Amino acid sequence: MPDLGFEVLLKGKNFARLMGGVWVALRISLISVVISIPLGILLGIVMTWKNPISRVLTRIYLEIIRIMPQLVLLFLVFFGTTRSFGWDISGELASIIVFSLWGTAEMGDLVRGALISIPIHQYESASALGLSSGQTFLYIIIPQTIRRLIPLSINLITRMIKTTSLVLMIGVVEVLKVAQQIIEANRMASPNAAFGIYLTVFILYFLACWPISLVAKALERRWQ
Amino acid sequence: MKTKHSVLALILAFALILSLAACGSSTVAPAAAGESAASAGTETAGSDVIYRTLDEIKADGTINIGVFSDKNPFGYVDENGEYQGYDVYFAERIGQDLGVKINYVSTEAANRVEYLETGKVDIILANFTVTPERAEKVDFALPYMNVALGVVSPDSRVITDLSELGDGDEVIVISGTTAETYLIENNPEIKLQKYDTYANAKNAIENGNGVAWANDNTEVIAFALQNPGYTVGIPSLGSQDTIAPAVSKGNTTLLEWINDEIKALGEENFFHQDYEATLVDTYGLDYEESLVVEGGVPSAS
Repeated sequence: MPDLGFEVLLKGKNFARLMGGVWVALRISLISVVISIPLGILLGIVMTWKNPISRVLTRIYLEIIRIMPQLVLLFLVFFGTTRSFGWDISGELASIIVFSLWGTAEMGDLVRGALISIPIHQYESASALGLSSGQTFLYIIIPQTIRRLIPLSINLITRMIKTTSLVLMIGVVEVLKVAQQIIEANRMASPNAAFGIYLTVFILYFLACWPISLVAKALERRWQ
Repeated sequence: MKTKHSVLALILAFALILSLAACGSSTVAPAAAGESAASAGTETAGSDVIYRTLDEIKADGTINIGVFSDKNPFGYVDENGEYQGYDVYFAERIGQDLGVKINYVSTEAANRVEYLETGKVDIILANFTVTPERAEKVDFALPYMNVALGVVSPDSRVITDLSELGDGDEVIVISGTTAETYLIENNPEIKLQKYDTYANAKNAIENGNGVAWANDNTEVIAFALQNPGYTVGIPSLGSQDTIAPAVSKGNTTLLEWINDEIKALGEENFFHQDYEATLVDTYGLDYEESLVVEGGVPSAS
């Protein structure tokens, strides 16, 4: 087996530091997910309204978030708020704000898509059965929407976990930054450590995202 | 069946309440983000002074210092999670002499200026090369290190001057480095072999793909010391630049304190001790005089 420099992981607290980095990445992404999913559902419902004002506003919000690279948003929230308002927010809080704004926008659009994909006859049949519009939503539309949303939102959640690799640009030391620190600190002693460490990081990201996919698969099967 | 639906209803109701509660704060944020670009120039009367003066830092008891966390041996984190390196050794001394605790902030090459412009750190000590463009945005203190380009080549044919390069000879550079820019500008006749990463360039010189490798002199010196059979024929090419601490533009109290500190540390040969504690393993003693700047005065060499 080629030398992949795994011994570097066993030096000092290196492995614990790497796991600490994973925790930072997961903390940022999961808090953002918890915030974005309910907000996104609400936004998605608002986006289906026919009201022109709400349409324009939600459209602008969605487009701004979708067009701006996450890195720009991070800089804008982390440095921009200090420049304009003098707020000194921490890198981690700035990351959670950006990831929540991003997650809410994308989740909203997914919910909108799922809602309008429910055929009109579902509504009509419900009202023919004598259900009120509230009941129609609760018993007919929402269960079908959620089923359609699961694979899409899993995509979004895993993407949010992986995109935390950008937050090192605003000084948040997460798993990728710790990995780079370990590789650089051992650049002379173990030049091959880059392979082993990045492989480890790959496995850690996989272990973080895989259970989410499993849960989604189980849910999908159950609600089929 | 019925219970399943009521559970679902409950979850949704809960989600709705949560969203409504959080909605107020979250709708403010995109507006704020958009506004920051527009009003950056106008509505900043209160936040004109973004930096903290020397007295404010002392009163607070903690100084924020931006350092690299992955640039061995200048600023890096060791296996116990402690910051180490040439820059950090100096930072530790600053904290000690100011009598404050140090909060290290991990910076990247690309965001060092931004950190100072927003006052999110008090000092940048991250291998920061003094350039006229940067000096317009931040205030540099006196230098504490020299930096230049260097060229390393195999012992079988040591290149000591760029004029020794023949027609078929190619020089290895890493894309995006100052070495590449310098050679393209000043010696356009030299053929370059460009590599994206340090590791690829290292492989290239070891495989003999090029006759020499041009890079920051600290990098090529370290390479020659680690790999027997190679010599740094040109240890200093092009203009000598210096590396200095930087503070937010206009933070004169802190700037003057650092300048006085660097001068005072010159009396005790502090940066030579720093070199011997942090850089000697990488560069050996031969380069101590050419790399270290003591007392803020770059040597005549």
